[in-house]
Amino acid sequence: MAQSETQIMTDAASPRELPATRRTPKILRRLRQHGLVIALALVFIFPLLVMISTALKSPQDVFSSPPTLIPSEWTFNNFATAFDQIPVWRYLGNTMLVAGLSVLGTALSCPLVAYALSKVRWAGAKPLFIMVLATMMLPPQVTLIPLFLIWNGVGATNTYLPLVVPAFLGTPFFIFLIRQFLMNVPDDLLEAARLDGASELRTYATIVLPIARPAIVTAAVFQFVWAWTDFLNPLIYLNDESTYTLSIGLYAFFGENDVAWGPLMAACTMFTIPALIIFLIGQKFFIGGISAGAIK
Amino acid sequence: MSMLTRRRSEARQTARDLAPKRPRTRRRSFWIGVAFASPFIVGFLGLFAYPILASGYYSFTDFNLFQSPDWVGLDNYEQMANDDVFWKSLANTLVLAVMGVPLTIAIALGGAHLLNTPIKGQPLYRAVIYLPSIIPIVVGGYLWRWLLNTQYGFVNYFLSWFGISGPSWLQEPDWTKPAIVLVVLWTVGGTMIIYLAALKDVPHELYEAASIDGAGPWRRFLNVTWPTVSPVTLFQVIVCLIAYLQIFTEPYVLAQERLNNISSGPDQSMLTYAMYLYQNAFVYLKMGYASAMAWVLFIVTLIVTLVVLASSKRWVHYGSK
Repeated sequence: MAQSETQIMTDAASPRELPATRRTPKILRRLRQHGLVIALALVFIFPLLVMISTALKSPQDVFSSPPTLIPSEWTFNNFATAFDQIPVWRYLGNTMLVAGLSVLGTALSCPLVAYALSKVRWAGAKPLFIMVLATMMLPPQVTLIPLFLIWNGVGATNTYLPLVVPAFLGTPFFIFLIRQFLMNVPDDLLEAARLDGASELRTYATIVLPIARPAIVTAAVFQFVWAWTDFLNPLIYLNDESTYTLSIGLYAFFGENDVAWGPLMAACTMFTIPALIIFLIGQKFFIGGISAGAIK
Repeated sequence: MSMLTRRRSEARQTARDLAPKRPRTRRRSFWIGVAFASPFIVGFLGLFAYPILASGYYSFTDFNLFQSPDWVGLDNYEQMANDDVFWKSLANTLVLAVMGVPLTIAIALGGAHLLNTPIKGQPLYRAVIYLPSIIPIVVGGYLWRWLLNTQYGFVNYFLSWFGISGPSWLQEPDWTKPAIVLVVLWTVGGTMIIYLAALKDVPHELYEAASIDGAGPWRRFLNVTWPTVSPVTLFQVIVCLIAYLQIFTEPYVLAQERLNNISSGPDQSMLTYAMYLYQNAFVYLKMGYASAMAWVLFIVTLIVTLVVLASSKRWVHYGSK
């Protein structure tokens, strides 16, 4: 005991840790680690459990102190109220339309541009790639006002054009993602097709697109979530209630009923479910895509 | 002699065959490149190049949507220097960044470290931790307003277990910023996953070597993990900083009072730079002033990024040394 204490004092890098861990049985260490991971996951999921539980509570239950997680009486009244006061289906449809068109635009345009920047030998590839990188760095606030003025000038406010058209013109981040993916595809694969006399478009459609599928799907899933969760652009461009997306609809609902926590949480739950489904389907693309963006 | 000339003429012949071809294929592949890149060429010109020039021009004008821009030189920038609210919004934003970035890095790296063990169901835990990142920020904002509710919220209830009487998070000016950071931290999952991927690349021999040398967990972290993941940390710090400098939706939703689109929390403590810019542009219709603010934001972002990059020489280690 005394010996080990002097050891600690004399040498910071003493081998005290090794025997200590050896003394704890492996199973216990595993259990402790597993317990910590579960605790971490709980911290992240707990707010969502509160959201769902509040949505299923009766008003007296919602305002109980201390708060409880399990409703004493389960009710779907909050959902009924939410459906009553918010045109949920309309907002859901609007958001689906915006997200769907954005995904379509991204899936069509970004691989085309990424191909031009990675596999076509031409003078513009490098300068354009630098422009893609530069536009990724630019704060969106810089272009916000002129873009608003353009769309306002052509009478496109209260339409989905300002939200959707940019996706068809190639989002820099997704172009970058797919381009990085294509850079790793060997040229020989494409050369073989070109030597066979296939046109460039045919090579692209039959060889490049299938190879790049994982990257394209990753871009598409991210684009879906971006469009689904976007707040600032709908806030700026959509003023007519019939065009509202979920985010703006929820914002307006909260503005009118800020203490109706039951119905609000019911609405929040309903707006979360579609994103959740997409997430469960595209999970591996999310996880893979995030890491691919950062580590090359 | 004759053979040589023949060879030479043959070579010239083939050269002639090739010469006109090359420009043709080069020109052809140039147009192919243009064709494939055309969506972005149009997008770059329409969505970036023109708006950047226009916004630069507007920043020197007085402009309110209903009349054409009126050139005022540097007035907007001078006005900014004397605008207390501008400085307040900038200070609020920097405080959020200074609080949020280190916490994000620490929690993301710590969490990734925990997850980086061969346990059953790891993909599930990873997914659960990432889940909040795909939930609409508006939903997250209202959910956290409920969780942070002084009377009925779970956060203060949990704090009371430890004998702490929690603050009125969204009513006390000193506590609104920690509240915003907390809400943003809920979406730290993406950063954590990037770290997790980076940790998987740390060579195992390095840890073994360090253990044999008698390094404990903390020393192993300091001497092996931290230097190895430092390039990833640099990337994350920059991305996170830029996100904080542009933060809008979280504070906007947390500060929302009814449909008042300029509410910004007690004592304007939640007014971020992007919120004040939005107010100027779309509430007060001061498009010129807001454009000038956007350019200042761009310059601040550039400076901050360059400072981080310059400092990185001291703490980022590339490759094996």
